[in-house]
Parts: sequence; structure tokens; C-alpha cells
Amino acid sequence: MRVLSALIAGLMFGVGLAVSGMSDPAKVLNFLDIAGTWDPSLAFVMGGAVAVAFFGFRVLRGRSKPLFAESFAWPMARDIDRPLLTGAALFGLGWGLGGFCPGPALASLTLLAHGTFVFVPAMLLGMWGARRLREGPAQGSSSVSQ
Amino acid sequence: MTEFTPFASLLGGVLIGIAAVILMAANGRIAGISGIVSRLLPPADRGDLWSKIAFVVGLVAAPALYEEISGQFIAQTVSYNLPLMAVAGGLVGFGSVRGAGCTSGHGVCGLARLSWRSAVATVTFIGVAGITVYVMRHVIWGTI
Repeated sequence: MRVLSALIAGLMFGVGLAVSGMSDPAKVLNFLDIAGTWDPSLAFVMGGAVAVAFFGFRVLRGRSKPLFAESFAWPMARDIDRPLLTGAALFGLGWGLGGFCPGPALASLTLLAHGTFVFVPAMLLGMWGARRLREGPAQGSSSVSQ
Repeated sequence: MTEFTPFASLLGGVLIGIAAVILMAANGRIAGISGIVSRLLPPADRGDLWSKIAFVVGLVAAPALYEEISGQFIAQTVSYNLPLMAVAGGLVGFGSVRGAGCTSGHGVCGLARLSWRSAVATVTFIGVAGITVYVMRHVIWGTI
């Protein structure tokens, strides 16, 4: 059931990206281009998603455990530290250059654009590098990242 | 120019929000793409391995399935500047894992949890991305 619910969540997430237009980097870059061809659509995507998740999470906060797992893995980190800020800044730089963040990039693979086939492997390599930097070369993984 | 699509974008956002709630309600997990994907890279995090794989399979398969069922074509303009896309991809991958979350983990789930940490991250990456687009389009003209 866990695998099935994860599959449904992934499908729904991907369809949401497609319906919202966020799998199109041009739309994302135009949202960021306030001084130019501004397209405010992304704010509506974020608004809709955050509103639904806010109320959904509030309901779930009152429950002791999820349907198919032992406990809720609510993120515990609260500190605003250097990795958070440098990481978010580097992510923003790449996002502004390519117009892709991780979800839309993966949900664009089947749309077969050349840029996606270059972006995604580079992204996976970058993720791998950041994990190695945090965990050291030969260790298992921690669970800090969201 | 891209067309402003308030209704479709709001609907898509609602679907993304429901997906995040489903993953938390069923499996107790945050729907953060960078977190889920990075833990699948070697050495893979064994905990809930198949659920993570299933989520990514769903995410990757969704657009093709959507096009098939709805008969709608998903329009997309991806840069043909491949060296630029390689650099962008590397930065997005490294930065999102270093900063412990991307648009989904910090931007959607974090803001929905009213996390200050996620709010700071979200403002930072949107701010830097905005400055980047400004420099690329209005200072170094014509590279995108």
C-alpha cells in the first residue's frame, strides 16, 4: 500500500506540474522576469499547492500516525544555517539559468527536449556531490534533506 | 511571452498540494523532490526504497499519461544552449540538496508547515533566480 500510495502521489504531482504549465521552463523564467515578459502563473501554482497542503497538514498534525507507516516524518530542522543559505542561493542561480527545478525537470523527460537530457544527468551528479559532501565518502545516509 | 494561465495554474497547484497531503497521510513523508531523488542515488537510502522509486516513476510517467488521456499536448520551450543547461542542472542538483530542499520541499511543504527555515530558503532561491534572470535577459542580452 505504501508503494501504491507513493505511485499515486507521484502521478498526481506530475499531472499537477503539467496542468499548471510548470513543466515549461519558459513559463517559470517569465515568472522570474518581473522587469520583462512577466507571467504571474507560478504564484497561482504555489498559492494553490500551499493552501491545500496547509489545511491537509493541519488535519494530519492531529493524528498519531500515517495510514501505512509507523510515524510521520515531519522535518525537525529549524536553524537557518550556512548550508541552507548557500544551497538555496546556488539552487536559485541554476533555476534562473535553466528554468527547471528538480520536479519539472524529471517530469519533462518524456517530452524529449535536448536541454532536459543534459540538465537531468547534471542535476543528479550535483545532488550526488552534495550528499557526499554532507555525509563523507563511504557512509550511509542521514535524513536532513527534504 | 507565455500566456498567463491563472485557472489552470491554480488547478495544477491544487493537484500538487493534494499529492503532498496523500504522501504525508499515507506514508508520513514530505513530498520533496530533491530529498526523495537524492536518496535514490548511490549509496541508496534503504528505508522505504520502493516507495521512493514508485513516487519518482509516477512523476516521470505522469506527463505522458496526461497527454495520452487528455489528448492535450504539453507545450515546452527548453533552452538549446546545452552547456548552459549542464551548468544549470549541476547548480540545481547541488544547491537543492545542500540547502535541504527545492521548490516542493521548502516552497510547497515547508511554507504549508509555516517553517521559517523553509520560508528563508524559498525567498533566497526565488530572489537569486529573479536576479539571475534579470542579469541574463536585461544585462547580458540574448543568451537565453
